Amino acid sequence: MDIPYTVAVRRDTGLTNGKIGIWLFLASEVMLFGALFASYILMRVGATSWPRGDMFLDVPLATLNTIVLIASSVTMVMAWASLMRRRFGTFRIYMGATILFGLVFLVVKYFEYSHHIHLGELPSTNNFLAIYFTLTGLHGLHVIGGMVVNAYFWGPGAKLWKTNPTWFTNRVEHSGLFWHFVDLVWIFLFPTLYLL
Amino acid sequence: MSDHAADMTSDHEVDIDKHVRIYITVFVALMVLTIITVAIARFHLPVPIAVTVALLVATVKGSLVACYFMHLISEKKLIYAVLAVTGAFFIALIALPLFTHSDGFWIH
Repeated sequence: MDIPYTVAVRRDTGLTNGKIGIWLFLASEVMLFGALFASYILMRVGATSWPRGDMFLDVPLATLNTIVLIASSVTMVMAWASLMRRRFGTFRIYMGATILFGLVFLVVKYFEYSHHIHLGELPSTNNFLAIYFTLTGLHGLHVIGGMVVNAYFWGPGAKLWKTNPTWFTNRVEHSGLFWHFVDLVWIFLFPTLYLL
Repeated sequence: MSDHAADMTSDHEVDIDKHVRIYITVFVALMVLTIITVAIARFHLPVPIAVTVALLVATVKGSLVACYFMHLISEKKLIYAVLAVTGAFFIALIALPLFTHSDGFWIH
C-alpha cells in the first residue's frame, strides 16, 4: 500500500503528511533542548559563581564552527532549490557540500573534546562542563543523524528522483528542515555556552 | 509545450531565482550577526546586559533561519498552530527555573 499524501496535499490541512510529520517531530525536539536549556538556567542562577565560557572553551574554534554550520544551512536550502529547478546535478553538489560541512563541524568538535579530555576537563569536573558536554554532545548526535539522512538522499535514496521527482524534492525539504533546526539550536548554544 | 505551460515554467524559475537571492542575503546577514556576537563578547559587559544582547542577536539570527531557510514566513496555518503551542510550553519550561530564583515569590 502506498503512503498517502506524500505528493498531493491533504484538503483539510493544505499540507503533505511528511511536512506535518517533520514539524511535529521538530516540536518535540524544541522541548528536548528546552529541558536542557532550563537545566542550564537552573544550575547557573542557583550557583554562587559561574565561569565565563571562554575560561574553559575555545571561542575562535566555536566561531569557525558557527560559520561552518550556517554555510551548511545555505548549501542545504540551495540543494532543495536546485531540485525545484529540476537540476539534479547541482543538487548533488550542494548536498555533498552540506554533508562535508557537517563533517568539518564534527572534526572541529572532536579537537575541542580531545583537548578537554587531555587537560582532564571532564563532565564530572564541574557543573559548567557537565552541561557543556551534555548540550554539545546531544547537538553533535543530531548533526550525525542529519548527515546520515542527507547522505542517504545524496546516494541510494536519490533513485526516487527518476520515478517520483516531486516526492524526492519533498523528502529533501523535510530533511532540510531538520538540518536548519540543528543550525538554529547551535545559534543559541554558541553564545550561551561560549560567550556568557 | 504550450505557451501557457512555458509561461508557468518561466514564472516558477523566476520565483526560485528570487528565493536564491534571499538565501544569499540571509547568509551574509547571519555572518555579520555572528561577527557582532563575538565582538560584543570581547567588551566583557555586565552579565545581565551581556545575556540580553547575546540572546537578542541570537533571536534575530534564529528568526532569519526559521523564516527564510525553513520557509516559515509563508507556511500554512496548521504549522503556525503547532509552533504556537510548542512556543507556549517552551516559554513555561524556560520560565520555571527563573521563577524559582526570584526570592521565593513563586516557589518557596
